[in-house]
Amino acid sequence: MASLMEMTYREALHKSMVEEMDKNGDVFLMGEDIGRYEGTFKVTRGLFSKYSHRRVIDTPITEAGFAGIATGAAMAGLRPIVEFMTMSFSILALDQIINHTAKVHYMTNGEVKCPIVFRGPGGAAKQLSAQHSHSMEGWYAHVPGLKVVCPATPSDVYGMLKTAVADDNPVILYENPGLYALKGMVPDDPNYSIPFGKAQILREGKDISLIGYSRMTHINLAVAELLEKDGIHAEVVDVRSLLPLDTETIYASVRKTHRAVVVYEDWRSGGFGAEIAARIGEDCFDDLDAPVGRVGGLNVPMPYSRTLELQCIPDEKDVIAAVRKLG
Amino acid sequence: MGGYTAFSVVAPESQSSTRFFTSIITLEEVPVAKQAEKKNTESPAELEQYYRDMLFIRHFEEKCNLAYRQGKAGGYMHVYIGMEALAVGWLSSIKKGYDNVITAYRDHAHALLLGTNPVAVMAEVMGRKAGTAGGKGGSMHIYDPKNGFYGGWGIVGGHIPLGAGLAFASRYRGDNKVTLNFLGDGAANQGVVYETLNMAALYDLPCIFIIENNEFAMGTRLEYHAADTELWKRAIPFGIKGERIDGMDVLQMRKDAQRIVDWVRKEGKPYLVEVMTYRFAGHGAADNDRQLYRTREEEEENLKRDPINRLERILIERNVANEEKLEAIEAEILDMVEKIYAEADASPHPDVEEVYDNIYSDMTPEKGH
Ligand SMILES: Cc1ncc(C[n+]2csc(CCOP(=O)(O)OP(=O)(O)O)c2C)c(N)n1
Ligand SMILES: [Mg+2]
Repeated sequence: MASLMEMTYREALHKSMVEEMDKNGDVFLMGEDIGRYEGTFKVTRGLFSKYSHRRVIDTPITEAGFAGIATGAAMAGLRPIVEFMTMSFSILALDQIINHTAKVHYMTNGEVKCPIVFRGPGGAAKQLSAQHSHSMEGWYAHVPGLKVVCPATPSDVYGMLKTAVADDNPVILYENPGLYALKGMVPDDPNYSIPFGKAQILREGKDISLIGYSRMTHINLAVAELLEKDGIHAEVVDVRSLLPLDTETIYASVRKTHRAVVVYEDWRSGGFGAEIAARIGEDCFDDLDAPVGRVGGLNVPMPYSRTLELQCIPDEKDVIAAVRKLG
Repeated sequence: MGGYTAFSVVAPESQSSTRFFTSIITLEEVPVAKQAEKKNTESPAELEQYYRDMLFIRHFEEKCNLAYRQGKAGGYMHVYIGMEALAVGWLSSIKKGYDNVITAYRDHAHALLLGTNPVAVMAEVMGRKAGTAGGKGGSMHIYDPKNGFYGGWGIVGGHIPLGAGLAFASRYRGDNKVTLNFLGDGAANQGVVYETLNMAALYDLPCIFIIENNEFAMGTRLEYHAADTELWKRAIPFGIKGERIDGMDVLQMRKDAQRIVDWVRKEGKPYLVEVMTYRFAGHGAADNDRQLYRTREEEEENLKRDPINRLERILIERNVANEEKLEAIEAEILDMVEKIYAEADASPHPDVEEVYDNIYSDMTPEKGH
């Protein structure tokens, strides 16, 4: 058993990348201001001086261009980790990622692999308003050919980044600005990894399943704590991996509790939580004692005012209200 | 060339108003001695090979058109007829199987010249299991990475950063590969091309951006889509060497291509070349009214520049072949193409279960509707 070390989500991510770069010379980093400036969220602190401009590449502000160049490099067998300063900016690279990166393997019938990781923070930070607060994970999880993971804890981001780098397919590793400072215990083991497609039960309960991912998992944990006071035992399912999706673990929880609320930060309408809710409805109908509940972000562009912003992002009150609604 | 707007920047060396340049125009010094180019350096065997290659592409493409008309090929299909000298010139100047080549959807010729099994190309055009991508790509998405061919892309301009990425891998590994990154004149207007040119220069990528200027982006003439129709000048802001050359004379194309490939291999820097050519066929197989955007007279005028006829004249002048020999070569090629077609056509369609294969290397998505 590897010893555990306490560290932040940011540090875990950093440690994971360093270990992967040390293991394999084909792994390199690319992104805006990740080198000399050490990253907007400081995830790449110290890496430019450690690995030099050869392996930590500052790019111009050209998301489509560098997403494409990294994709080409991956097609040639390198293993790039591309940072988007925020996932909102990856919108400029959607053509590259969806029309190109995600299609390489299929269009070549498996002749060309594309081992690339796109990572960065998505979702609301604090008052970054309408153009900097997008949740993009549902957009990506819509696309066959991509894998999408949304780790919620330091140990998960540590293990999932490693799995992502080792994967021969394009992976979107979705972070959340609200998670970087979160502390947790992380195994001190360069070979640690978390397989994709495995949800985890972070808290057991028998009355209702609270299903979420990324930062919303922590809302769900807090809600479970609050519900406990009223004698309601909530089970918290941390989905972790959207594509592939571990329906088995989700369904097993629902079959045990007979009630489910799916929580996601993305716009409620058409966000990935809607997909999870639909699957539960399709496959667990007979196990349910109530319709599947859903809590998503308000369907509005993110406003700047902190008062309005907080109104948009799902919080404990919203989840509790959804739980109560199920009766 | 006409079509300059009042705002366009005209580089000093490029005031010429002739449409077709056979000479080189660079802002900086002309890279390599031009004297040698005046001599006839090609051996008879080489000359014959260029002829065979061009003629093979021509007839292969005619056969693809036939496949389309017969309903054996579908979707969008774009042939290379009229442009053969361009691909032959470039692809005979690289180390095949070592260097990288990437292009858009007008991609049959590039694959064939790199040594891809022509039956697999034809089978892909017909969507068969024996195709280069098992019938999943089609005409626009031919791949053959073992021969250095990375496609075969359908989003106009979208593959340009990928090509630069292949060159990035060469720079990263320190190998000596050159990447040929082909694009159309229409593609030259896409924003991502400029993002890529900037990064190619910034990172010193050994990548040659080759604009196949066939004067049209579908039905839109160069003059109607480019504010400054001298596309080679788009290299200038990035400090990349750029020039415009003739792509209808295979021998000149071959020399220019070799000179540029050698330069890029040696210097490890990008290069942008605008190659003047003309497509004789419609934009794609579905383009059946070319008169909407060009006249018959214009087409006839351009047919006089047919690169195959031009080389035929040279072969005869230089006593490499006489009429009978040329006819024999053509008969041989026609026969070959016939067999390719028949073999591809006899091959099976993919099995429906294959639809899920190779979306990922190690998993399949949720199955079913
Ligand atoms: C992004 C995008 N926009 C539009 C199209 C449709 N389209 C396909 S080919 C083409 C013309 C491109 O012309 P050019 O780049 O000159 O290449 P050529 O066909 O002449 O070889 C257009 C508009 C496309 N495939 N992709
Ligand atoms: Mg064109």
